Amino acid sequence: MINRIFQLTAPRMISVKYEDLSFADRVIVRPEFMAVCHADQRYYQGQRDARVLRQKLPMALIHECCGRVVYSPDARFSVGQPVVMIPNTPTRPEDCIYENYREGSYFLSSGHDGFMRELVAIAPDRVLGCEGIDPMTAAITEFFSVGVHAAGRFDRVAHERRGAIGIWGDGSLAFVVANVLRARYPKSRLFIIGRQPRKLAQFSFVDDTFRAGDLPADLRVDHAFECCGGDGSTAAIEEIIGHIRPQGTLMLMGVSENQVPVTTRMVLEKGLTMVGCSRSGRADFEAAIELMRAERTQRRLRTILSPEEPVRSIGDIHRVFESDRSTPFKTVFGWEV
Amino acid sequence: MIFGAILAGGVGSRMHMADMPKQFLPLGEKPILVHTLEKFLTCRQFDMVYVGVHPDWVGYTEDLVAKHTAFAEDRIAVVPGGEDRNGTVMNVIAAIEERFGPSEEHLLVTHDAVRPFVTLRMLEENIAAAREHGACDTVMPAVDTIVESTDGEIISAIPPRGRMYQGQTPQSFRMSLLKSLYESLSADERAVLTDACKICVVRQYPVYLVRGSETNIKITTPGDYKIAQAMVRELSDD
Repeated sequence: MINRIFQLTAPRMISVKYEDLSFADRVIVRPEFMAVCHADQRYYQGQRDARVLRQKLPMALIHECCGRVVYSPDARFSVGQPVVMIPNTPTRPEDCIYENYREGSYFLSSGHDGFMRELVAIAPDRVLGCEGIDPMTAAITEFFSVGVHAAGRFDRVAHERRGAIGIWGDGSLAFVVANVLRARYPKSRLFIIGRQPRKLAQFSFVDDTFRAGDLPADLRVDHAFECCGGDGSTAAIEEIIGHIRPQGTLMLMGVSENQVPVTTRMVLEKGLTMVGCSRSGRADFEAAIELMRAERTQRRLRTILSPEEPVRSIGDIHRVFESDRSTPFKTVFGWEV
Repeated sequence: MIFGAILAGGVGSRMHMADMPKQFLPLGEKPILVHTLEKFLTCRQFDMVYVGVHPDWVGYTEDLVAKHTAFAEDRIAVVPGGEDRNGTVMNVIAAIEERFGPSEEHLLVTHDAVRPFVTLRMLEENIAAAREHGACDTVMPAVDTIVESTDGEIISAIPPRGRMYQGQTPQSFRMSLLKSLYESLSADERAVLTDACKICVVRQYPVYLVRGSETNIKITTPGDYKIAQAMVRELSDD
C-alpha cells in the first residue's frame, strides 16, 4: 500500500514522501499518540550543527509514540492491540554492551525516519503491548524508559549507600528519573535542584527541592543525576561535584551541544564515578511498561503532559512544534493524518 | 457493520495504453487496486471490503487478492460490477445484504480503485461523517476558477470559486438510505447520475463534506499514471 512519511527536509520544512509498504514479516502499527522530545525540537528549529543536518535530513521526526497494530505477521500481536515501539534498533547481538550503545545500532528519528508516518512497519521485537496504560501517557513510554535505563545502570554501578540522591534539573527528564527512583528506592531521600520554582513545585513526591546556585552549604548527596543538558550542564556538574559525597556516582543524562568543562581535580579527589547515560533498549521498555501500569505512576506522569489538538495536516505539525517551545514539560498530540 | 466498496468496474478506455483496465496497472511493486485494497484493510473499522469489478475481470481480481492480500482473505469479497458506477454500488449492497442481511446500522464507504493515495484519515472521517449525517463526500476546495459553458463555446457563468469544490472519493453513506434513495429514482434520473453522492443530491438529502487531499489523485490518464509512478518511485529509489 502507499504509505506517507512526513519528513523534515530543512529546519521548519516538512514534506511528504511516499513509499510502497508491503505486508511482510514486520508488524504494521498505526501511530495514535506522539510526544515531542528536545532532540526533535533541535532538528526542527535547526539548532543542530549544519553538517549534522546535512547528514540526517530529510528524516521523519518523533521517537516517542504509541499506536495500534493493524497487521501482524504472526500470533505475537493481535490486530487492534495497543503497543509502543522501540526506536533503538540494534543490528548485531552482543552480550556485554547494552543495545542502545552498541556499535551498529541505529535510532529512529536520528538518521533514520522516526514515527511521523501514516503507518510504521517495524520488526516484531521492537514492539511491546501496552495494555492498561492510557494512550496519551503511553506516548511517553520511550521517555520514561530512558529514566528506567539510567536507574538500572545506577543500580549496577553505584555503591550501596543511597540515603540521599540529588537530581539536578527541573524538567521532564528530571521528573521521570525522580519517578523511577521514587519507585525503586522508597527509603532514599530524593532532592531536586532546579531553577524555576513553578516547575520545582511539580515534584510533590520528593523529599525536598532547592534552587540551583543557592543550595544550603551543608547539603550532601550520596549520588547525583544530572538532567539539565544544554547551557545548564556546566553549572549543574560543578554544583554536583561540590555537594556529592566521596565515591559518589554522577549519572550524566542531559544532552549538550557545547563543550562542558569539568573540575577533574575534585572528581579525582572525591573518587567520583561519572556514567554517561542515553536512550534505552527493550529491557528498559519492559520495565517501564510494568511501572507505568501502576495507576499512581500514570497519575503522576499525566501532570506533566500538555495535550495539543490532534495533528491532521502538515500545518498541524508546525503548530505542535511551535507550541512545544512554550510547554513546561511534555507536549503530546494525537496523530490522525 | 462497516463495509468498504472499492469500485473497479472501469475497462481503461481513457488510458489508450493497454487492454488491461487501469486499476490493474502496476504502481511500484503491485497493481494500483492492491494498494487501494491494502489501505482499506489497514483501517480496522471495516468488517468487510468489497471490490466491484467488471464481470470479465472477477477471476483475475480474485487471483490478485489471493496473491497479495491472502492474510486478510476473509475480509475481502469480489463482486461483478453493474452497467455503470451506481450499478456496481448496488451490486455490492446486494451482496452485503445477502450475506449479512439488511440493517439500518450498515455503513458503506465507496471509493475509486484508481485512487491509491487515499489516507486512513480520510477513511476514518468518512466513516464518522456517514455515521453522524448519513452521507458524505470527500472534496478539495477548487484551486482553479471553474467556468461553466452550456454550449461548449462561450462562458455562460463563472461561479464564485470560494463555493466550488472538486469531488474526490471516498463517498460514504448509511447503506439503507443510499439504497432507498436510488430505488426512488426514475430511469431518466438515474441516467444523469455521475456518482453516488448525486443520488442524495437529486433527492435533496444533505451530503456533508470531508476534507480530501491534493495527492488523493485519480489515475485516469497516462499523465496521471506517470505522476503516480513518480510519487512512489521517489522513495523506492532511495
